[in-house]
Amino acid sequence: MKSQGKAKRKVHLGEFFIEKALQLFAAISILTTIAIIFTLFQETFIFFQEVSIIEFFTSKMWTPTLHPRNFGILPLLVGTMMIALGSSIIALPLGLFTAIYLSEYAHKKVRSVVKPVLEILAGIPSIVYGFFALTFITPILQKILPQTQVFNAASASIAVGIMITPMVASLSEDAMMAVPDSIRQGAYALGSTKFEVAMKVIVPACLSSIASAFVLAISRAVGETMIVAIAAGASPTLTFNPLKSIQTMTGFMVNISLGDIQHGTIEYKTVFAVGALLFVITFMMNIVAKLIVNKYREEY
Amino acid sequence: MDLKIKVESLNFYYGAFQALEDIHMNVHENKITALIGPSGCGKSTFIRTLNRMNDMIEGTRVEGSILLDGENILKNETDVVDLRKRVGMVFQKPNPFPKTIYENVIYGPKRHGIKNKSQLDELVEKSLTGAALWNEVKDKLHQSALALSGGQQQRLCIARCLAMEPEVLLMDEPTSALDPIATQKIEELFEALKKKYTIVIVTHSMQQAGRISDFTGFFLNGELLEYGETDVLFTKPRDKRTEDYITGRFG
Amino acid sequence: MEINTQTNMHTIKRKNNINSRKLKNKVFHGFLILATTMSIIVLALLLYQIFSTGFKYLSFDFLNNMPSRFPHKAGIKSALVGSIWVISLTALFSFPLGVGTAIYLEKYSNSKSWLNKLLQINIANLAGVPSIVYGMLGLAVFVRFFNFERSILSGALTLTLLILPVIIVAAQEAIKSVPDSLIQGSFALGVTKWQTITGVVLPYALPGILTGTILAISRAMGEAAPLIMVGAAGYIAFMPSGPMDSFTVLPIQIFNWTSRPQAEFQNIAAAGIIVLMALLLTANATAIILRNKYQNRTD
Repeated sequence: MKSQGKAKRKVHLGEFFIEKALQLFAAISILTTIAIIFTLFQETFIFFQEVSIIEFFTSKMWTPTLHPRNFGILPLLVGTMMIALGSSIIALPLGLFTAIYLSEYAHKKVRSVVKPVLEILAGIPSIVYGFFALTFITPILQKILPQTQVFNAASASIAVGIMITPMVASLSEDAMMAVPDSIRQGAYALGSTKFEVAMKVIVPACLSSIASAFVLAISRAVGETMIVAIAAGASPTLTFNPLKSIQTMTGFMVNISLGDIQHGTIEYKTVFAVGALLFVITFMMNIVAKLIVNKYREEY
Repeated sequence: MDLKIKVESLNFYYGAFQALEDIHMNVHENKITALIGPSGCGKSTFIRTLNRMNDMIEGTRVEGSILLDGENILKNETDVVDLRKRVGMVFQKPNPFPKTIYENVIYGPKRHGIKNKSQLDELVEKSLTGAALWNEVKDKLHQSALALSGGQQQRLCIARCLAMEPEVLLMDEPTSALDPIATQKIEELFEALKKKYTIVIVTHSMQQAGRISDFTGFFLNGELLEYGETDVLFTKPRDKRTEDYITGRFG
Repeated sequence: MEINTQTNMHTIKRKNNINSRKLKNKVFHGFLILATTMSIIVLALLLYQIFSTGFKYLSFDFLNNMPSRFPHKAGIKSALVGSIWVISLTALFSFPLGVGTAIYLEKYSNSKSWLNKLLQINIANLAGVPSIVYGMLGLAVFVRFFNFERSILSGALTLTLLILPVIIVAAQEAIKSVPDSLIQGSFALGVTKWQTITGVVLPYALPGILTGTILAISRAMGEAAPLIMVGAAGYIAFMPSGPMDSFTVLPIQIFNWTSRPQAEFQNIAAAGIIVLMALLLTANATAIILRNKYQNRTD
């Protein structure tokens, strides 16, 4: 009897430790967030002791490695926004229309072909898209518009757009599939065409989820790195011409890290300052995406 | 008649809702006790307090005492793992694990430390025989349990309980998902089982309660309205509402 | 008479309207098909571009050679081995961590508690953090703070944190799909919580967990940016032999070749991409096979 009691307690002690261990595992995700915020902002804080925050946000020159050093983030910010805008022009309509097609029009067989294709596209590493941009998209652009530079924002934007299209499509399609069939049938019963059901009933019904998908996709484009590092160039000049070489925030971070940057140098701190800004931008976009969904939650 | 379980002043709450009110009941050893009543009357909630399965539902609260062999199982110190070993349970829908028949039966014993192959083999045969399933499955012990028919699956679930060598078997509407023939097989099994075990069964069928049980309790709106020997309850109910229910006037 | 003509007019008008609406629908339909086909065309073009550029450079020598200044001698052996090292360690770290966290969230912590909610929001947010930011985290924490240097270990730990949210979410979904009746059945046999989790929950959820994990790991396999931040080198002419060695991985090697001006290097970059994609394909095929195998067993 006594030994049984002992064995029993042992089992339960094991259960207790397992729960604590799992709790510790879960804590790692919180620690990750804390560590991201702490490391980014610690270095950024030191950075802003050396560089004026006003210069950082207003100067139009970005030459952190050359003398005289200039720390105006605007060229990188504009470069990033150009990529985000350019890729959105491609991915948002393409993704949305694909979603409408898959959810409202497509035959089961068509779906079973298109869905895997989208999954494959979503799974292709961004380095591959970068290669595709540089060796395929750019030459075509140069043929159409001869003034196009070898490295240019347009080519990278197109590739980033292709990369985020599956994300827009799958998030929007999920939202449309969640609209109950009774709403569709109600609209069809009134004699609506498919076009009318899709554009006047279904899309408005899940507009907030679609908007949120758009914001998330743009946030992905802002954080995309390898495509722009390969195809967009490394010229932090303030330009709005998509056919010219530019540099994005992520492109800068990769570029400078390819060299051996030492801790404590201004280069090291600059990378963290740019990274912190990137983190803040994408973080805010993700929050906005969540707020849109929460505020205009579709209840069926 | 020996007393196996003594329930005293039992109250049970889901949040603010009181599902059981002041239940008193004596469950006798090696007898079959049936619990009847309309849906939502608390009979399933009650049977689940007997092995503390309700602990798994968040926001529930229980008051009173349930004495199993004189020891209150509602105490905080009660080891529910040990309690459930002694008080087995079979559910409304057969729920065999997606494993082989053999693995289903040894699932509990293996986790309580029996590793010896021949000991396990013996246990499997004994439990399946006890659940009147051995002859049907002895040649396919290592096939998936999910390939069995509904009635066989339910008997496998009974065998799974028997393998733990429990003292009490709780059955929550064990035949409600089965066809009449499968139901009959399981009812026949009860006669044999009660020689070794104390059985508490929730049933939605008064005929079933009448056929198999020694004692019957009638639940209504969370109260145990009437409880006594089955013959008496069915022939001379004390309460008008019991009479209405068993004669089929509502429910 | 007059009324009659009016109705006629109406019908005609409505008929016209129907025709134009139908036309609109048709045009739109065509437009949607065009948009959807674009994805397929792009995939085809991309594959064609890569194979036509790189296929003839694939050879045993290419797989077995070290990188070189001369394109015809260059190979991907060190990058391939580096990738295998990094990915194996990443899988080793991320699988137990991700599944453990998912088990905690689904089966231990109260889903209404503030801690559970905080964890869920936090994981959702982490999933949206750009991968390059994880690279900076790895640089600050693993390379510098823990002093693991620019090693395979630092890279694997960085990628672990990167894919952890994906694995957690996939594992949570898989665990949620386990029928409650099975869990209750297990508890009713007097089995402890952890025994129930290992005996019923995990076997049932395993196909889903494996699929999610392998997809996450293939994502890690294609990542270059975070590893560049952590300091993986672009040029490694020796074989890494332990987790503390410096390293490069396939995507970085491909990046390195792509960024060189000589056209020949772009050809071997394409050959490198074919190898990388073949690895990804193998991983995904494994996921599908594993999933089917376990599904057959449990159904």
